[in-house]
Amino acid sequence: MANAEAGFNLEIDLTRGNIERVAGDPNLAKQYLGGLGTNAKILYERVPPEVEPFSPENLLIFGTGLLTGTPLPSCNRTVISTISPQTNLMAYSMMGGFWAPELKYAGYDKVIFRGKSPELIYVWINGDKVELRDASHLKGKGAVETQELIKKELQDPNVQVCAIGLAGENRVFTASIEQGRSSASRLGIGAVMGDKGIKAVAVRGKKDVNVARPLELLQLCHEVLQYVKDREDKPVPNVMPILAGLGSPQEMLHTDEKWHTENFSWGNSRERRKDFWTKEVEEKWKVVQENARTRLISCYNCPMKCGAIISLPGMSTYMMKCFTKLTYNMAAFVDDLEFGFRIAQRATEYGVDGFSTPQIMAFAFELREAGILGEEHFEGCPDDNEGKFYWILDRIVRREGIGDILADGTHWAALKIGNGADAYAHNNIKKHEQLPLKLGMLNPIYYLMYCTGEKCNITQIEGQFPQAPFATMEEREEFVKDWVHVPDEKFKKYVLDWEMRGENSNPYYPTVDMSVDVVDWQEMMHYIDDAVGMCAGMSSFPLKPPYHIHNYPLIISAATGMEMDEEGLKKIYRRIRNLVRAFNIRRGLTRADEKPPEDHWRKRFPELEEQLLDAYYKFKGWNNQGIPTKETLLELGMGYVSEDLEKRGILSYE
Amino acid sequence: MSKAKKKVKVIKIDVDKCNGCRACELICSSFHATPKYSSNNPERSRVRVIRDPLKDIYLPVYAGEYTPAECAGRNKYVLDGREYSECDTCRASCPSRTLFTEPDSGLPLKCDMCDGEDEPMCVKWCLSKALTYEEREEEREEEPKIGEMEIGLEALVNRHGMQKVMDTIARLSKKG
Ligand code: SF4
Ligand code: SF4
Ligand code: SF4
Repeated sequence: MANAEAGFNLEIDLTRGNIERVAGDPNLAKQYLGGLGTNAKILYERVPPEVEPFSPENLLIFGTGLLTGTPLPSCNRTVISTISPQTNLMAYSMMGGFWAPELKYAGYDKVIFRGKSPELIYVWINGDKVELRDASHLKGKGAVETQELIKKELQDPNVQVCAIGLAGENRVFTASIEQGRSSASRLGIGAVMGDKGIKAVAVRGKKDVNVARPLELLQLCHEVLQYVKDREDKPVPNVMPILAGLGSPQEMLHTDEKWHTENFSWGNSRERRKDFWTKEVEEKWKVVQENARTRLISCYNCPMKCGAIISLPGMSTYMMKCFTKLTYNMAAFVDDLEFGFRIAQRATEYGVDGFSTPQIMAFAFELREAGILGEEHFEGCPDDNEGKFYWILDRIVRREGIGDILADGTHWAALKIGNGADAYAHNNIKKHEQLPLKLGMLNPIYYLMYCTGEKCNITQIEGQFPQAPFATMEEREEFVKDWVHVPDEKFKKYVLDWEMRGENSNPYYPTVDMSVDVVDWQEMMHYIDDAVGMCAGMSSFPLKPPYHIHNYPLIISAATGMEMDEEGLKKIYRRIRNLVRAFNIRRGLTRADEKPPEDHWRKRFPELEEQLLDAYYKFKGWNNQGIPTKETLLELGMGYVSEDLEKRGILSYE
Repeated sequence: MSKAKKKVKVIKIDVDKCNGCRACELICSSFHATPKYSSNNPERSRVRVIRDPLKDIYLPVYAGEYTPAECAGRNKYVLDGREYSECDTCRASCPSRTLFTEPDSGLPLKCDMCDGEDEPMCVKWCLSKALTYEEREEEREEEPKIGEMEIGLEALVNRHGMQKVMDTIARLSKKG
């Protein structure tokens, strides 16, 4: 066991009701750190490709990050991994909040569920004492309500609970797992939890988490905190406000939504409203938000305040963060922000993903308008936009009528509905709904990230590098001046030479090779964060964050006692990246799946796009089908993967 | 007793600024670990945040004196429409609860203002500025300072009786 780890996993067989405390493999951290890395290792070894998302053999793993529970600020992620019912590939959504640190204090690095419970249960992990408890009284209860009821039942306000709502119980493919102010929402992991018959997992821990070189780690933590303070006074100039600071996008703080409302698409990711943000809207929305928000709140051991407590008359209080504030308004074409806060309350209690779900709802009404879905499916549906959306949300979550088909997401619903419905499921990557963003000119960096991001979510793979060129040389010089984060000086040159127009502009600049470099860097930071349990909002997502490739090796080493340098850490990143890729390849992922939504950009460049993908695969050490080569796998000490791929006929002997 | 100038250390708690991150708990427990910072465990912290997010209750409370007996009544305060039990705002390490007791030994915990540091660690880690630190000079009668060990012993005596504690110490010293 490395320091910073608890050293034990909980293995819970739900079918037999068997609970075991099993020592973790002490050598794994050196190769895969923890969190996503070790989750992926377990999935690769124990979940063969024949296993379906809803089969008892599918695992549902709640993993803490390697450094979660140490004093490292903002290192609080729970990484939940399983097979996604929507994509049929690996899902690894994360949540912030307080759950993972509590699990470490309880003495565990992971909870690994297998099988299915015959009755709805909740799990109570009270340090060494672990029990499966009857949850029949919680059936149908809201995800937030459930957390409160369990805390009361256990008579301890410091218990941390994550729970599913009705959507998870009904295996809605966009069901989330909710926990306090956080949720793990993407890729339908709440549906797998519901399928396994787990309503909630409650944790309480009172043990120590040790670190290897305390004073060194403390010093590094103090540097991080100092940097956060300095950064607060020094937002990155010449970029949009939401990209200037640290943390997740500060949606609960900021009330100015000109950028989102005018640049993102409304409805079923269709229409941009370029003059939406009037003075009048601005004033109204500010009042609504300030009335709804009682306090800005944080995750465990983090100085940022990305979340908020939302309390409106006539409905129970809940917590919110990020972009969900707008997704329902925009999907439903409702101009009153209060609708967003109110429907999100119901959606949070139901436990659904605030990105995908509103799009499924808008998709349904488009199909109705197009005559593809007949009126018989909408009996009892109100006429006003607000009423319509509440109505369809209820149908989807309860799987009633047409809701039963829609509950599988736009891709699968379109297949079932037929009759040309698939053209309306137009905003997906790998069968998963994307942010409602439709743009003009292809951006080569974003092209690659959309195509290859294994998490199928752009915010979980972008960051570090500016999204657009700066207008003037002065601005560029200003930007690169204190850019200590770059893994290599060449990245500064890319920014200095990047123009808005002319030869050195999108789509041919950054060049193919440069784009690959940039994407690899951005990916690397996300993979490291996901393995150590760091919030992307403090590391891989924003520009100029407190954590980067130069201080991470020192931090990991001081906390765990493992030897670590930049090269070593990069190698671990590549190992995890290849493992996730191999797992998905084994489940049938192909090059043909790696593409953005057809209409994401108006101006497309098929030849360039092929070159980009070729170069990216080559850089990664993959063949031109995106499959890691034997050589690459052997270099990373992953002979077990290449043997497996060979045995399955996926890799052939060269 | 003589009059002397005394530094009074004050931590000001602005409840409205607390975001509930519990960094104060974490770093306090880390500071008091042996060796310093080698481990952390909020359960051992001398400041705890009474949190009830849905009721908007965020209240950092510092561990104060040990008390051998619990209060007879349990009053309630309503502040700004939020209801607090008296225990929520109470600093005592008290037999009615596990708050401010060492999870292993059950001995009482008390905030020592991070003796030896320029600034209390919980304040330093509270970037939201819910906790701020001031030092004041005051003329005071000097009192003998009760050390941590004495507080601990007093608690043991209260719990087990003087004789038993003495016997145990005598037995331990023989072993040593
Ligand atoms: S930056 Fe925001 S989302 Fe990330 S840990 Fe801090 S409060 Fe949570
Ligand atoms: S560190 Fe400050 S903001 Fe965080 S819980 Fe403690 S008092 Fe509140
Ligand atoms: S002042 Fe020091 S001892 Fe007291 S609660 Fe804060 S960190 Fe703990």
